[in-house]
Amino acid sequence: MITKRIIPCLDVKDGRVVKGINFKNTVDVDDPSALAAYYTECGADELVFYDITASAEERKIFTQFLTETASHVFIPMTVGGGIESLADFERVLSCGADKVSVNSGGFKNPSLFREAAMLYGNQCVVLSVDVKRVSGEFRVFVKGGREDTGVEALCWIKRCVSEGAGEVVVNSIDTDGVKKGFDIELLAKVVDAVNVPVIASGGAGSVDDFIELFEKVPGISAGLAASVFHRKEINIQDLKKKMAEKGIPVRL
Amino acid sequence: MIAVIDYGVGNLFSLACSLKAIGADCAVTGDRKVIAGAEGIILPGVGAFGDAAAKLRETGLGDAVKGEVRKGKKLLGICLGMQLLFENSFEYGCHEGLGLLKGGVRPLKELMSEDLPVPHMGWNSLVLTGDSPIFRETKEGAFVYFVHSYAAVPEDGSLAAYCEYGGKITAGVSKDNVFGCQFHPEKSGREGLKILDAFMKIK
Repeated sequence: MITKRIIPCLDVKDGRVVKGINFKNTVDVDDPSALAAYYTECGADELVFYDITASAEERKIFTQFLTETASHVFIPMTVGGGIESLADFERVLSCGADKVSVNSGGFKNPSLFREAAMLYGNQCVVLSVDVKRVSGEFRVFVKGGREDTGVEALCWIKRCVSEGAGEVVVNSIDTDGVKKGFDIELLAKVVDAVNVPVIASGGAGSVDDFIELFEKVPGISAGLAASVFHRKEINIQDLKKKMAEKGIPVRL
Repeated sequence: MIAVIDYGVGNLFSLACSLKAIGADCAVTGDRKVIAGAEGIILPGVGAFGDAAAKLRETGLGDAVKGEVRKGKKLLGICLGMQLLFENSFEYGCHEGLGLLKGGVRPLKELMSEDLPVPHMGWNSLVLTGDSPIFRETKEGAFVYFVHSYAAVPEDGSLAAYCEYGGKITAGVSKDNVFGCQFHPEKSGREGLKILDAFMKIK
């Protein structure tokens, strides 16, 4: 039986995890490689790393960290942040990434999904999309959620999947950071619209929020969160035990 | 020493790291002499069947691997590498595989009775159907990581494990000295390392 995946997401800048606080007694507070190993032990099903650096110099630090992590963490890893070309795919895949997440880069270079899927297979190509409600419709935002593209989200998601995205991470800007639960309405619509795995992101504040997600949107494949895991507000092992108690299939 | 066949398909970094983690000596190689001198062979692979089969043919590595297997050398195919052990695939046309195992490769959608997302991506539990040495240390129900859109349909009793995904999907195969797993042992945490270790220990 396929299980629902729980995925911690690490924003990495200058080789350190941003917002990686409150781990003082367990692992190095913000060492991404140590955190990745810690989450793997806790039962994380996958890891997502976003490279939030800007310069080429910093990119080098990121790929070094990725190589180091891949040499001792044996669960799937997705890498995103600044992916705009096939060269970017190659750069992170050669360091041990399994999947590559494309966000704003898909707008700059719309043929990227197709080209990457042809070369690496669609299982390798992840669409990451930031969505916000504007005038009664779901809109795609880019540049870290700052810029409204004016493009309707479901339309964009369907297009990217037909072009070659094999998985979709949906981040709701409306629920992100509010910690009052995932955006059930949006996620249910996305799951209905596409036939590839969909990952929910944005809004997790408690164990119950994950339970609500998997109960109300049975077609969702995974739940992703960052700060609630980093700050130990949710322990992944406890979360998965609770999910199992509720009859949600998980890997314990 | 185990030869991990490098034929320009997919990234072998994680696989090499996982073999190192279990203390296995491995060489990522496309050199026939190295392959001939190895105790065993791992055939990895991601991407499209047709491209991979063409590369195995063009480089002559497909014949090299078959030759070694006929001499009795153990072989483990992983993911697309497992599918390539079969006779053919209908992924974007009809393509010939290595034919070491009888059967073919078909789209998951044809094999599933439920409307589930494809690729089949994530952790699924193994149902063991025989006593393959690669699953010697693996318990029924162990979770391993899958990511694929096509699946092998063995015809000669080589099925060693399956998983449920809208139907019974081939997860592991085993026949004499030829083994394969559809899932990624190098991405399946401790359970995956156990399977790689079991393969290493096969005499």
